[in-house]
Amino acid sequence: MTAVETRTPAPDAPAEPSGLRRGLPRIIAVVVLVVLAAAPLFLAPFATTTLTRIVVFALFAVSLDLLVGVTGLPSLGHAAYFGAGAYAAGWVSINVTAEAPVPLLVGAATGAVAAALTGWITVRTGGVFFLMLTLAIGETVQQLANTWEDATGGANGLTGVPSVRIGGEPLVNAGLLYWYVLAVGVLGFVLVWLVARSPWGAALRGIRDNEPRMRAVGYPTAVYKYAVFVLAGSVAGVAGSLLAAQQRLVTPADLSFLTSSFALLAVVIGGAGSLWGACLGAAVVVLVRETLGASLDGHGPLVLGLVFVLVVYLLPRGAAGLRRPRREPGRSP
Amino acid sequence: MTFLEVRGLVSGYDRGRVLHGIDLDLAAGGALGLLGRNGVGKSTLVMTLAGLVPVSEGTVRLDGEDLAGRRPDRIARAGVALVPQGRRVWAPLTVAEHLALASGRRRGTWTVDGVLDLLPRLAERRRHPAGRLSGGEQQMLAIARALLTNPRLVLLDEPSDGLAPAVVDQVAEVITTMRAEGVAVLLVEQDLHLAFAVADEIAVMDKGVLVHRVPTDDFRRDRATAQRLLGVA
Repeated sequence: MTAVETRTPAPDAPAEPSGLRRGLPRIIAVVVLVVLAAAPLFLAPFATTTLTRIVVFALFAVSLDLLVGVTGLPSLGHAAYFGAGAYAAGWVSINVTAEAPVPLLVGAATGAVAAALTGWITVRTGGVFFLMLTLAIGETVQQLANTWEDATGGANGLTGVPSVRIGGEPLVNAGLLYWYVLAVGVLGFVLVWLVARSPWGAALRGIRDNEPRMRAVGYPTAVYKYAVFVLAGSVAGVAGSLLAAQQRLVTPADLSFLTSSFALLAVVIGGAGSLWGACLGAAVVVLVRETLGASLDGHGPLVLGLVFVLVVYLLPRGAAGLRRPRREPGRSP
Repeated sequence: MTFLEVRGLVSGYDRGRVLHGIDLDLAAGGALGLLGRNGVGKSTLVMTLAGLVPVSEGTVRLDGEDLAGRRPDRIARAGVALVPQGRRVWAPLTVAEHLALASGRRRGTWTVDGVLDLLPRLAERRRHPAGRLSGGEQQMLAIARALLTNPRLVLLDEPSDGLAPAVVDQVAEVITTMRAEGVAVLLVEQDLHLAFAVADEIAVMDKGVLVHRVPTDDFRRDRATAQRLLGVA
């Protein structure tokens, strides 16, 4: 074969990242993990509970980021799968067993089945239709939770969810519960991260950037989008089961449009597609809504709205955009 | 022997038909240069052949198999690759990711290593996002992506667009190499030099139909016809 040299110099070609720069994210990840794991040892129980809620919401936001940021499917109804997982895990904890990992697996399966039932149609649409369809599904599932009182407790919610048990021992202590939530949350994050980094994840990012081109290379993109929709539903269901374990209560508000939009907000604040950014965004959302919101007479959502506007103006690529300031790559329409 | 056989192909968009009955034959391993003024439907033809524009009427047979109306991913796996106008690389994905994605679908002669031997510049850029490559490098990447699907037919839509003359020469070399491997080529071009360099035959399109087809050497000599059909000397 003939060797063909392209002689045109590329503009602003960066040097290969050095060993230190490539190793730094790993060091930061380890430090963050250690701090998170040690947190209950020096935090008050109330703060530990808030941190637990952050981890739950972060896993939910990461599952949404897999759709929005990695694949380019902006769902407005992702809380449907989060809430479905929470209800199923709560129900099984009350009526069957609260022994881990049963509620987790039930939450994952319920999220996956709900996404499988609704996803086949939604992933075949795009743009505004996808937004409207996911919104409609979210509202429908919420109505179902409101009216199906035998299973969900209706508007009062599913009350009296027992503590998760490990080896017969209930996790009543806030710190123990936190460690359980953190372990599951980290596992879920690593799973999504591995998927996003795999060749399969590259195909998803290709779909996000230019779907017709992926099809022209031979990829049945609808199948890929369906699979990631089901996976994201399943991870959201796991996050839901953690919510049930933490709140010991599941209400229709947990699968409302507001919950979906808070997760979307977390993804946008963090920078869509980075996954770790969604975790930071989740922390901001939970802290503003619960800590700051209480001292503002329940105006937390208002503050979040301001945060959202500021982020869109100042950090269009979210917190993840701070990491590597870089010029816009050439668009490929 | 006819490898690609297009009969009465009609297609277009919501606003109206663009192709009004295309008949086109291409021998196995042959190369046809498709010329024509802007807006006569050259790009629509290659997009339709790739399955990206729906077929209204007609047949597209590749080695006897009818591909008309198939999904684009099925057509790609049947061995048709498109190097689209404007290159259309996935800007956020690295060169290595492009090559891995493209080589995952259809096994054959072309491997990632083989393509990188042919295009060493891409090897140097493996870890870079495609959006940060130069125009010439992006074009080479778009061609590499097509080759790695191990096609029997490659459709190239104005690969010279926006490239420096030296880079166009390299594109010509790569097309010649893929022809040597037995790949059939349908090349849509405005750049006559590139079309003359790689094609055995030249066809001219006008208003959605093929109006002229001759061997390349005859077309080069017949300046009057070229002037009449293309408005160029």
